[in-house]
Amino acid sequence: MKTDIILAGVGGQGILSIAATIGMAATKNNLHMKQAEVHGMSQRGGEVQSHMRISDNEIASDLIPEGFADLILSVEPMESLRYLPFLNKDGWIVTNSTPYVNIPDYPEMDKVINEIEKHPKHILIDADRIAKDIGSPKSSNIVMLGAASPFINIPFDDFIEGIKMIFGKKGEKVVNDNITALNAGRNFTEKNK
Amino acid sequence: MQKIPLLGAEAIAQGAIDAGMSGVYAYPGTPSTEITEYVQNNKTAKERNIHSKWSANEKTALETALGMSYAGKRTLVCMKHVGLNVAADPFMNSAITGINGGLLITVADDPSMHSSQNEQDSRFYGKFAMIPTLEPSNQQEAYEMAYNGFELSEKYQTPVLIRITTRLAHSRADVLRNDLIAENVLKLPQDPNQFILLPAIARKRYKYLLDNQQNFIKSSEESNYNKYIEGNDKSLGIIACGIAYNYLLENYRDQEIPYPLIKIGQYPMPKSKIKKIADECNALLILEEGFPILEEMIKGYLENGILVHGRLDGTIPRDGELNPNIVRKGLGMTVTKGKDIPEFLANRPPSLCKGCGHIDTFIALNEVLAKYGKGRVFSDIGCYTLGALPPFNSIDSCVDMGASITMAKGAADAGLIPSVAVIGDSTFTHSGITGLLDAVNENSSITVIIADNYTTAMTGGQDSAATGKIEDICKAVGVDPEHIRVFVPLKKNMQEMINVMREEIEYNGISVIIPRRECIQTATRRKKEEKHK
Repeated sequence: MKTDIILAGVGGQGILSIAATIGMAATKNNLHMKQAEVHGMSQRGGEVQSHMRISDNEIASDLIPEGFADLILSVEPMESLRYLPFLNKDGWIVTNSTPYVNIPDYPEMDKVINEIEKHPKHILIDADRIAKDIGSPKSSNIVMLGAASPFINIPFDDFIEGIKMIFGKKGEKVVNDNITALNAGRNFTEKNK
Repeated sequence: MQKIPLLGAEAIAQGAIDAGMSGVYAYPGTPSTEITEYVQNNKTAKERNIHSKWSANEKTALETALGMSYAGKRTLVCMKHVGLNVAADPFMNSAITGINGGLLITVADDPSMHSSQNEQDSRFYGKFAMIPTLEPSNQQEAYEMAYNGFELSEKYQTPVLIRITTRLAHSRADVLRNDLIAENVLKLPQDPNQFILLPAIARKRYKYLLDNQQNFIKSSEESNYNKYIEGNDKSLGIIACGIAYNYLLENYRDQEIPYPLIKIGQYPMPKSKIKKIADECNALLILEEGFPILEEMIKGYLENGILVHGRLDGTIPRDGELNPNIVRKGLGMTVTKGKDIPEFLANRPPSLCKGCGHIDTFIALNEVLAKYGKGRVFSDIGCYTLGALPPFNSIDSCVDMGASITMAKGAADAGLIPSVAVIGDSTFTHSGITGLLDAVNENSSITVIIADNYTTAMTGGQDSAATGKIEDICKAVGVDPEHIRVFVPLKKNMQEMINVMREEIEYNGISVIIPRRECIQTATRRKKEEKHK
């Protein structure tokens, strides 16, 4: 069993929190885990990605080979397309539909959405709206994790445990908000996949 | 001991802490910054009072570490690859003095230049200084190499270089820890002359270093980090260094590697192993993350030995970092790939943060310089380098830390007046002060803008050695206090900023302008923390 995930987004959108939560859940399941992050210059509003690999076998490479990822989990719609060369032919795209527009030449939204919808296995979810609806606008990244969780070979309860460990320092409210966000994302995918 | 998930950079820090390190010395630089930050936040390190404050630059860091080693303690120095250029003088000479307490120098290279102005391979420096060099392939090895590196250093009385690259530095995996070792006690070097590199003593020390080479090679031959793995298909032999070994394994997930293979993690090269693989194989493939160092050595200038494939013959691209598919192609295997990236996708280059004070500074500077035309602004390394990109297009050079002031002076010497330097606060104390002194001594007609945001911003907001000192430093160096001007870079102050810049740029002599406002990132973080309390 292995799940290779490309986490995608823009610097500051919280993909490292997603990665940390998955990492905690993986460790709890005694799975091997490798997670390559991007630090430094590109964190300044640039595109960022993280290669997250979990497996019950030992993992050799920190980077996922092209054509090998099982899942692209993107917190921004255009960014989900940037990593298509990495996705295997049966892989899922799970992406937020709310764009992050910090460049003048952001492509037309219709084009972006069409391209995502061309992919047979995709979940397109307005995580920003869902996060607002549940009263936790900062948790859209965890809504995304919830939406992607059915495609990651880890029991759902362990993601909840992961959230408790990652956000525990920030107090009970933040933990509960993020658990609500996780559930909301999960429910969306269960209904729409 | 428990397993903990650590970045490669953090694994080195944890290994050094567990091995009884008494201090880490560093200047921030991607991808090395997390080593020191980990020590700063580590509980054991706090309890032991392990030194972990930032140094002004890599040279002061390495020299200070050498002083701690002189006093008998185990010390770690960290920097990015270009930082070792700054620290090259003490680095080379520390190989000759040797050490007293164990000294590890960790250098993080950035092939593909994710956050750097060049790609260089620090293993060259290891060879240049003729000291043992370790190159981990994974996080566990990174931990072990730091943990055991001090012993290697003390056994042969030599500094030891640990070379990592971006992917390992910034990738996380579980690491199993060893027992915590006690710190060394304070003790002076046995030979009181060891660290006095007067020619007569230096010649002796240099001989000692040369004699030590056979020990270093023997250590490499016996090292667990250098493994010869037999293979039946002798049509090819593979030598994989550091993280390249992982990419090789990735391509043989469910099968044995058919070819003889050497995994390299310690230098100088293990000669007898290299000789064995060359003797028994028809050709060699060399996989190195960085420069073709082994490849050149094994191939030789005359190329009259075994056929060698690698970066020099195009089997592997000459530049950039490796990845599983590059290695796969090099092995002649079919490459998998998903769909292409849609053509309409836009790039998202890094940019100055919304609300950043540098933005206001560049707007004012562009306004004032408009009448002189382009090509007069020299800058260097920091967030403000992003002023080179649209919509600002404000700066015309970025070479190395501190090169803003000195290049502006050179251009002014040549007659390009006015010339302007844009440098950050932390970069100014790193490498700008001496250049400013040169300019003052000749009363060069340059304007130096020291953009002060109270932090080392690009690397994530580390303390800046300049905070609260810039005006005093400039005065002490000899800048006329009337021409040291300070303002707050904000939209509402735009007219004042433009006026000040215009006056100083028109002034025929040296002036310093200090736009001063807290970095928007550190300000947000600070406010959040204050709210939390």
